[in-house]
Amino acid sequence: MVTADGVPLKIALARAERRRRLTAFLLVAPLLAFIVITFIVPIGQMMWRSVDNPIVVATLPQTIEALGEWDGQDLPSENVYAALVSDLVAAQANRTVGQLAIRMNYEFSGARSLFAGLARRGDDMQAPFREAVIEENDRWGDPAVWQILQREGRPYTAAYYVSAVDLRYNDQGEIERQAPNQRIYVALFLRTLALSVAITCTTLLLGYPIAFLLASLPMRTSNLLMIFVLLPFWTSLLVRTTAWIVLLQQQGVINDILVWLGLISNNGRVLMIHNAFGTIVAMTHILLPFMVLPLYSVMKGISPSYMRAARSLGANNWTAFWKVYMPLTVPGIGAGAILVFIISIGYYITPALVGGQSGQMISNLIAFHMQNSLNWGLAAALGTILLVGVLILYWTYSRIVGIDKVKLG
Amino acid sequence: MALPTYAGPLERTWYYGFRIFCGLIFFFLMAPILVIIPLSFNVQPYFTYTREMLTLDPAGFSMRWYNAFWNSTAWMNAIRNSLIVGVSATLIATVLGTLAALGLSRREMPFRGLIMGLLISPMIVPLIISAAGMFFFYSSVGLAGTFPGVILAHAALGTPFVIITVTATLVGFDHSLTRAAASLGASPATAFRKITMPLILPGVISGALFAFITSFDEIVIVLFLAGVEQRTIPREMWSGIRESISPTILAVATILVMFSIALLTTIELLRRRSERLRGMAPQ
Repeated sequence: MVTADGVPLKIALARAERRRRLTAFLLVAPLLAFIVITFIVPIGQMMWRSVDNPIVVATLPQTIEALGEWDGQDLPSENVYAALVSDLVAAQANRTVGQLAIRMNYEFSGARSLFAGLARRGDDMQAPFREAVIEENDRWGDPAVWQILQREGRPYTAAYYVSAVDLRYNDQGEIERQAPNQRIYVALFLRTLALSVAITCTTLLLGYPIAFLLASLPMRTSNLLMIFVLLPFWTSLLVRTTAWIVLLQQQGVINDILVWLGLISNNGRVLMIHNAFGTIVAMTHILLPFMVLPLYSVMKGISPSYMRAARSLGANNWTAFWKVYMPLTVPGIGAGAILVFIISIGYYITPALVGGQSGQMISNLIAFHMQNSLNWGLAAALGTILLVGVLILYWTYSRIVGIDKVKLG
Repeated sequence: MALPTYAGPLERTWYYGFRIFCGLIFFFLMAPILVIIPLSFNVQPYFTYTREMLTLDPAGFSMRWYNAFWNSTAWMNAIRNSLIVGVSATLIATVLGTLAALGLSRREMPFRGLIMGLLISPMIVPLIISAAGMFFFYSSVGLAGTFPGVILAHAALGTPFVIITVTATLVGFDHSLTRAAASLGASPATAFRKITMPLILPGVISGALFAFITSFDEIVIVLFLAGVEQRTIPREMWSGIRESISPTILAVATILVMFSIALLTTIELLRRRSERLRGMAPQ
């Protein structure tokens, strides 16, 4: 079979099909390019940063090369020391000692002054360099320092991940747990999980009844009540957080009412904010709509005749609900719970404003390392761990609900 | 689920108990928003209700914080910056997102699942991670602390909402309409302008509103990426809460609540119109 212009039908069809695929792809292409450049590449670069380790090898190239032959047991040979002095003198000249000293300070304390000190004095040193360097600071005579230098002289490092899970290298270069008073991150990851679970539970506890009520009321009433869910949803996050500060703080509305009712004395005002309680209350309020909306859309699809059938077969109200209605809403519970959990596990603003010490989550520490301690490698490692967790959860979510079935408003 | 007349006392208690519990939850949802509105008219510079306010004495109320808001250059700049960033980001997100949604809802689209996943990802990745990644990347290309940087970042965050709302409108779209237009001699561009666009317009507008509110309410990216010149309303509220606590932010909050009521109404009207146009029964 051929078309009017003599091309076999099969080929003509394939060509048309290909053209249609191309048109579809060309429609998507601009956005795809845009998202890849403005979003995917930055995220990828951040993940890269968590293992990337250019500073040491770039600042001390000769030292790292000379260390390659070192057996790691006794002190390195004279030419390693000579290379170190020469590298540090060069680094001092082009002002890269500072970042090297900061980088090495992540590995052991006192590294900053150790490197900066030698770099300042390097110019006056004479051979034999080994004695001169050790005389300048006797820590250069410690093989452990050289082991760290050898390890971190590679272009990639696992050191950020090692510290992100509260581990460290000991003097023998083996991985061990941090000293108990230095363990921060695992506990914080666990607290983030615990807070997220608590928030998911409270949103489910509060969201299920009102979703049920909204789904069972006549349309006119339920549309009206839906405003109570949607208005908070559309209200600025910072407005809602401010509102909770107004309500919960010690001179706040709730404490005032409790004092006025005589339940507490004026001096015994309850601490409800700048702790985990404040975080949970404010975030429950903020995330409740994300629980109610998926539950509502599932409950809306359950025919009331199932409950009536259960009643007519002799079940009482509770049995009918528990055995018939509740199992039908499980997809909604799953969708809402995972959605709330995913959002709360990466939340930053509300814990930062109302969380105090005990209400901080892992994102707050990522922000701290980004903005205050400037340990960007560690921030990137913590961020990557969080991101992988969220992506796994999201994959589960899309298996339950489907990626494009996310309902809005 | 009205209470039947034959309901026993237990059923009656349960019924009213449940309603009261639900009422309390609705109260929990609305109270925080309602409580700040009267406080924004407080004469005193506190976040608490004074005796005059509780007795409804006019002396306890004033427009003081609203005046402070109108006369503050910082806040006026913040409004201007929020609008510049919001409108530009919305335009980019809406144009690119609508085109992509049109492509994605075609049957012939190759690798749909993968591409959809990539395009939706700005909505899934926690903001703090997006902000960290964008901070590193945008600083290295000189976009940190500039309007284009913040606008591009917000546009990326807004596109998933446009894609979701527009593809949702396209689900009920009858493709024989464009074919009919083509058979009557319309070029693809004319068919799009005269047939497709009017039908998907409600989805496009509500997607644009979502994108706008995402940018308008966004703070994490702004904290990391924006300089002093790009301080938006949420950024100004953030420093208002952290540094100089004054009821001016309650006045701003009240204005923002009014704004979200207007937005909510618009979205609801659009949704109804869309359902009517697509021949679905009005809910």
